[in-house]
Amino acid sequence: MSSRDGGMTFLSRGFVGRRDARRDAGRLPPGQYDVGDGFPVLSAGPTPRTAPEDWDFTVTGEVDGPVRLTWQEFQELPREDVTVDIHCVTKWSKFGTTWSGVALDTLLGLVDTSAEHLLAYCDGGYTTNLALEDVADGRAWVVDRFDGRPLEPEHGGPARLLVPELYFWKSAKWVRGLYLSGTEEPGFWETLGYHLRGDPWLEQRYAGD
Amino acid sequence: MTVESRRLDGNAAAGRLADVFAFDATVARTRCGGCGTTAPLGAHHVYADAPGMVVRCLVCEAVVLRIVRTPGHTWLDMSGTAALDIPDGDPS
Repeated sequence: MSSRDGGMTFLSRGFVGRRDARRDAGRLPPGQYDVGDGFPVLSAGPTPRTAPEDWDFTVTGEVDGPVRLTWQEFQELPREDVTVDIHCVTKWSKFGTTWSGVALDTLLGLVDTSAEHLLAYCDGGYTTNLALEDVADGRAWVVDRFDGRPLEPEHGGPARLLVPELYFWKSAKWVRGLYLSGTEEPGFWETLGYHLRGDPWLEQRYAGD
Repeated sequence: MTVESRRLDGNAAAGRLADVFAFDATVARTRCGGCGTTAPLGAHHVYADAPGMVVRCLVCEAVVLRIVRTPGHTWLDMSGTAALDIPDGDPS
């Protein structure tokens, strides 16, 4: 799932899907469609525009000494390039998106904690909750580049979360920090009917799914 | 198209609010819990393309109201509304 699979060339009989649907029939989680080259922008508010000199990233909460990184300090952390499929709860999926950023393993490695949950907080007031086990071991990043270029504000720049194994509302735009906690505190959409975890392969869209 | 150009006025929330309220919520005057601005709900800003509908204060952009439809449920958050002034209906 984490790399483009060019080997799937079968065509199901009677398949009347979109242009590229045949190549990736097994790659779409249930209920999703392939948006192709598009990249929809869904926003719950105006687009914040934070300049790098005003940007910082904090790891706080139940930690042994909170951490604050400036933009420059963030840039000096080890960087990873990732190619992943993304799945929005509004049912579009986009295959093979390419990003660059810092693994959450690296950022969480800056603190000592026994917390099991985090709440990501963002410019504009957006929040989303994540279990630490869902973002550990190379499964989540704070990314500042998309498709080889700096991430545009409309897509969450200067930096956003990337948690491709969960619905894309978890990949919070304009992320500014992580609050670590022993208890699960629901975020912006999770307090209003959306699933606490949001695994697209289990179709965990809404509370109770 | 920018996010700002897709922003709607509060009347775009009329249909969704009519599912919940017995009165026309767009003419109800709300006081923003963030900055105190009082205005009809219909004058606020609506962001409708997210996973839910978000109504924000026309002055400070604080969240005044959120509404989400999920299968079998309507979820309403008015924690950003400090007060709601509902005019009586037309008696005629």
